[in-house]
Amino acid sequence: MERISKDDVKHVAKLAELEFDEKDVDKITTQLDRILDHVANISKVDTEGIPPTSHVMDVKNVFREDEVKESVTQEDALKNAPDMENQGFKVPKID
Amino acid sequence: MALDIKNLKYEPVIGLEAHVELCTRTKMFCGCRLSFGEDKNIYTCPVCLGHPGSLPVINRKAVQYAIKIALALNCKIQDYTIFHRKNYFYPDMPKNYQISQYDLPLGVKGHLDVDMGDYTRRVGITRVHMEEDTGKLLHTGTTGRISESEASIVDFNRAGTPLIEVVTEPDIRSPEEAREYMIALRNLILFLDVSNCSMEEGSLRCDANVSVRKKGKEKIGTKTEIKNLNSFKFLQKGLEYEVERQIKLLESGSKVIQQTRHYDSKTAITKVLRSKEEAHDYRYFPEPDLVPIYMESKMVEDIKKTIPELPATKAKRFEKQYGLSIYDSNFLSNDRDLADYFEKCCSCYGNAKNIANWMMGDFSALLNKEKITIKESRVTPENLCRMLEIIDGGKINSKMAKSVFEEMFAAGKDPGKIIEERGLEQIADKSMLEAVIEEVLRDNPGPVEQFRQGKEKALSFLIGKVMAKTKGKANPRMVNEIITKKLS
Repeated sequence: MERISKDDVKHVAKLAELEFDEKDVDKITTQLDRILDHVANISKVDTEGIPPTSHVMDVKNVFREDEVKESVTQEDALKNAPDMENQGFKVPKID
Repeated sequence: MALDIKNLKYEPVIGLEAHVELCTRTKMFCGCRLSFGEDKNIYTCPVCLGHPGSLPVINRKAVQYAIKIALALNCKIQDYTIFHRKNYFYPDMPKNYQISQYDLPLGVKGHLDVDMGDYTRRVGITRVHMEEDTGKLLHTGTTGRISESEASIVDFNRAGTPLIEVVTEPDIRSPEEAREYMIALRNLILFLDVSNCSMEEGSLRCDANVSVRKKGKEKIGTKTEIKNLNSFKFLQKGLEYEVERQIKLLESGSKVIQQTRHYDSKTAITKVLRSKEEAHDYRYFPEPDLVPIYMESKMVEDIKKTIPELPATKAKRFEKQYGLSIYDSNFLSNDRDLADYFEKCCSCYGNAKNIANWMMGDFSALLNKEKITIKESRVTPENLCRMLEIIDGGKINSKMAKSVFEEMFAAGKDPGKIIEERGLEQIADKSMLEAVIEEVLRDNPGPVEQFRQGKEKALSFLIGKVMAKTKGKANPRMVNEIITKKLS
């Protein structure tokens, strides 16, 4: 059963600013389809009467107080920057 | 040249999305300090830089502030609320998603009444939700070298700042109403002490959804979304342009295309940013790194108690308690600092209408001229009251008061001192005036005789003599009375 189309794959790729040729799109579509097929097993579980949940652990209302914690230094923050200019992360412009 | 809404065949239908940055000490999900206009990338950490393995934790104060805003907008606070990931590819968020809320927002179904002078527009509030602000992008222009493509410089100081989104129903019917709604929203939030709401600094921002329909029709037309409406003026101007653009399209038989447009304040027009086909598909899903919030009624009740008297209630009370007109009451109660100042004055001086007149007249004019707020002004409520008492006592007239007030405003001085220093005090001491008048009458028998024979002009001459002798400090009204009495 086809769970994902080639158009879906192209759409998601575009949203992520990724480019694939037709051969790759075919391959990825097949692979994703298999993964989705596998995950679909979950829907076999009977969930009648079970409320939807957004979190796997039975924890709620976890807050932190509004207290300042030391930030990392500017130098450290920029260590992982692909490129740097004028104390900022330099990245290709996205329209 | 405001748009003449009443004479249009079409009716604008507008909904607004406002973003409010909260003034907590730290970010929404980490302990980094909030900042504005500082060096780039000095307040970041693994959480707000989106490093793998870091975990966000919700700032309690930010949730409390958000509830405060939702309550002030008459929203229902939801018992159960969660965060979602909003996925998009853009370098202003290092995680490639923004933590926001989706189908279970914090507050729903509220309203804000907007006073339009001759009518009130009730604007429905669809939702109030919490999210994190993005980083700031600075686009570098072309460097001149062909080999170098354009780039963006990213500053993540703002990334993660607690942000509240307030979404209205499409209840707004003119660009002017949109502007007044935003001003009312700003005033309301300023009362809550949870944001500094500065459109200039970007702590209050606004996008608009707008469409037009033939008057009397129910069905809403195709809408466009307008971005970059960064001041109250641009909000109105941008919407006026867009409404006219849409009407022209429909009148010429074309259609409005659903798209996102950008307002350019330099040219005062809106330009297309992206059309619906390219519209964002955010693929929201529940944020697995955060646990849900089950609202405790005690928490909500406690927050409710911290909400001060809000502008609408205050205006009604001012009207009743101080006998002010509706206009004056609204003027004074819309701004928290103005309202507090007014009431401080009322506690030390009895004539509220006098206070209101001065605050709305000379005082406001000077504040506007100097571009400062009443809080920053050097005139204390006590000094304003003293000045009003001095006027009432007849020591200075209203013309003199104007100049005394200007000096109070400029130098923050006590009015009594200014009057003394400048020798402005009117001579209203009757015995003192009588002595001077006796002298003038004795020295000018001619004019005295003329006045007795009915020449009114002679009286002016005699008053002028008294004024000259007292160097202009005599109270002319009293001089007139005394001379007339003495010679009749």
